[in-house]
Amino acid sequence: MESINLKSERCKQCELCFAHCPSDAISFSNELNKAGFNFACVDEEKCIRCGICYTMCPDGVYAIAINPQAKGEQ
Amino acid sequence: MAKERKVPALIDNPMSFCAGCGHGIVIRLVAECIEELNQQDNIIFPIGVGCSSLLGGGMVADRLHCPHGRAASVATGMKRVTPDTTIITYQGDGDAYNIGISESLNAAYRNENITVITINNTNFGMTGGQMSWTSLPDQKTTTSPKGRDSGATGLPFRFPEMVAGQFDVAYAARGTVTSPKNVNKLKKYIKNGLEAQINGEGYSIIEVLSPCPTNWGLNPVKAMEQIEEQLIPYYPLGVFKNRKEKQDA
Repeated sequence: MESINLKSERCKQCELCFAHCPSDAISFSNELNKAGFNFACVDEEKCIRCGICYTMCPDGVYAIAINPQAKGEQ
Repeated sequence: MAKERKVPALIDNPMSFCAGCGHGIVIRLVAECIEELNQQDNIIFPIGVGCSSLLGGGMVADRLHCPHGRAASVATGMKRVTPDTTIITYQGDGDAYNIGISESLNAAYRNENITVITINNTNFGMTGGQMSWTSLPDQKTTTSPKGRDSGATGLPFRFPEMVAGQFDVAYAARGTVTSPKNVNKLKKYIKNGLEAQINGEGYSIIEVLSPCPTNWGLNPVKAMEQIEEQLIPYYPLGVFKNRKEKQDA
């Protein structure tokens, strides 16, 4: 199974990921990161790991990793 | 089946662009192409002056901040001295087209074996959103507060079409970052430009229509819509000069 990982401290809340997410899996935290933005959060249940957030993010917040166990199963 | 996605190590640092600026997406695509072509230890970036300069703050690679507009000339020197090194200029429209039009055109005219990436956001972003040669007719900027008067200041400038039509260049294309589909297309253009250089085919230019939410006074999503609605009709996307091997295929 793939995992989606976020570097929340880089998020500038531009909402390009939010606008393009096909599963409505992205929301914004009520807390602020160090830069003062309500950073993006992903609902892992809704997320289909399509990578569109990675494609549209200008700030390198998102990464999708395939865990070693899943790689071995392929 | 999901694919692994990871920001290339070359640029895996926080960058200081405004929220929603297109530079971050383009820089990531360039770094992805560099990794895929195994050039990460074989590159030098001559960088323009302006927001494009901020590339230097996040990238772990050899780079030189060139005098304003002169990146194409600096790239020419670098390439001629180290012909096996991949040379990529990274400039804005104000740098490459207003200030450095002579250097940009002359490098294209000579078909120098370099790759030029120009981020066109239709203004001078870093200095406060002044009008540039790529500003659209009637576009309001800080130096054209009533809208650009094309009768007095000229019409917006289409560089890739100009060099593709007039000069013997290897590859000329224009892409944008408004949607996942367009981002993926743009990556193909950048990769073709770099491959053209690595194969010694000559000059390649990839212009990118990129949003400037701060100076356009729009939120990032609306700025992307503005590109779709207003910029693309004037600056069409696509390949204007394809590589010879692709033409034959």
